[in-house]
Amino acid sequence: MKKTYYLFNPGRMSRKDNTLKFIPVDESGREGTPKYIPIEGVSDLYCFGSLDANSALYNFLGKNGISVHFFDYYEHYTGSFYPKEYLLAGKMQIEQTRYHLSAAKRLVIAKKFVQGASFNILKNLKYYQNRGRDLGYYLEKIDGLAAQIENASDIPGLMGIEGNIRQSYYGAFDHILKDHAMEGRSKQPPLNEVNALVSFGNMMCYTLCLDQIYHTQLNPTISYLHEPGYRRYSLALDIAEIFKPILVDRTIFRVLNKKEVQSKDFDIQVNKVILKESGKKAFIRAFEERLNETIKHRTLKKHVSYKHLVKLECYKLSKHILNIAPYEPFKIWW
Amino acid sequence: MNITGTHIAYLHTCHRKLWLFAHGIQMEHTSDIVAEGKLIGETSYGERARKYTELAFDGVKIDFYDVKNKVIHEVKKTDKVEKAHIAQVKYYLYVLAKNGIDEATAILEYPKMKQRQAVEWEEGDEELILSYIREVSQIVQQQDCPSLVKLSICKKCSYYDFCYAGEDIG
Repeated sequence: MKKTYYLFNPGRMSRKDNTLKFIPVDESGREGTPKYIPIEGVSDLYCFGSLDANSALYNFLGKNGISVHFFDYYEHYTGSFYPKEYLLAGKMQIEQTRYHLSAAKRLVIAKKFVQGASFNILKNLKYYQNRGRDLGYYLEKIDGLAAQIENASDIPGLMGIEGNIRQSYYGAFDHILKDHAMEGRSKQPPLNEVNALVSFGNMMCYTLCLDQIYHTQLNPTISYLHEPGYRRYSLALDIAEIFKPILVDRTIFRVLNKKEVQSKDFDIQVNKVILKESGKKAFIRAFEERLNETIKHRTLKKHVSYKHLVKLECYKLSKHILNIAPYEPFKIWW
Repeated sequence: MNITGTHIAYLHTCHRKLWLFAHGIQMEHTSDIVAEGKLIGETSYGERARKYTELAFDGVKIDFYDVKNKVIHEVKKTDKVEKAHIAQVKYYLYVLAKNGIDEATAILEYPKMKQRQAVEWEEGDEELILSYIREVSQIVQQQDCPSLVKLSICKKCSYYDFCYAGEDIG
């Protein structure tokens, strides 16, 4: 089973025969003991610390289809080393574009994304409602908004509904979280701890979706809900909508309520709050645990991980685009 | 259209897989079973790469060809879809003949099962292969992907997750 490697420590990554070799370097420039990682076990690399590498390494990673994602000190996603597309399928590309160009066809898919997202959001709220939180107001409000999705006549209208759902949902965060307040969504920069976690988590989810899309024939820049290819791999944003409530928000509730991430894990400044390395590590640990959790899939009749659900979403979308079966978004059923 | 041995083999396993494969929707990279088969093919006979030649023409690639005895060696993991394997090597024999190499034969090898099977060119095979080629072209040119046919081999297929992924909305 291939694994994601998160690199927090600065150091040098190189190719040693057919293995990856990582030499950590400490603050005074001293080299530590090298660590060897067999290439077969690597699915991708996430670089949070500074990484020293040469083109021989990237050639090697590229040949093995391994992406490297980079993040700056402020935990922003800055870009990826995205190896050459190895799954080109002209037919899929053309159909994917055709579904985008037709306003009616595009809207059908976009609505499915918002429906899936709002269903999973409601599921989160119901879970906490059953655990004694008073969320009736939010459930009702979001239910009402979700009912409007079907009637949206264009993408901006749909985006508006989606925005209102998110806004109401974030209002409920203050009732779910025990010791932290969200006080509305703030980004670029996040103004409190919860917002810092939401930004970081959403970015992790986006990157995960991008990775899964890479290993399918879908083109990550041709999207349906979001505008295509505008600075981002926008299809990853589309698919992330469905999984953010399940993967990111649930992890945030867990790490904060269980105190796995605490105020000391944030760097709190006057006009921004960012996660410290300890906070990132704690969040990623919980996030990874979530990704590797398995469920018995209802149509596949076998156990699959949450991470694999993202790839299955890509398959279902591919089938819709190839006119094999209409796309239904993943809705958490337990 | 360029027809490879894989097309012929898939014609005899699953038309849906053939259509998807031919349209670039490939899944082999996701499968541990495929990786295992590849490993068996590459490592079962250590000396082979030196002794035999790799042949490629008309879009067909034969991994091990014994030039002296004119024998194609095709290594497979199991004989679950033996019919497909036979069709595939017969297609190779056809391509060889078309390129002036007559009277070649083939051996299907299943090292894990310690079995081998000889395949020879027989009377009527030419018509058979031509009908395979027609069938492949016809399926590939279909506008829509052939519908799902549930088979016992589905579970081991690298397209399983693709074909069976769905939402149970009953």
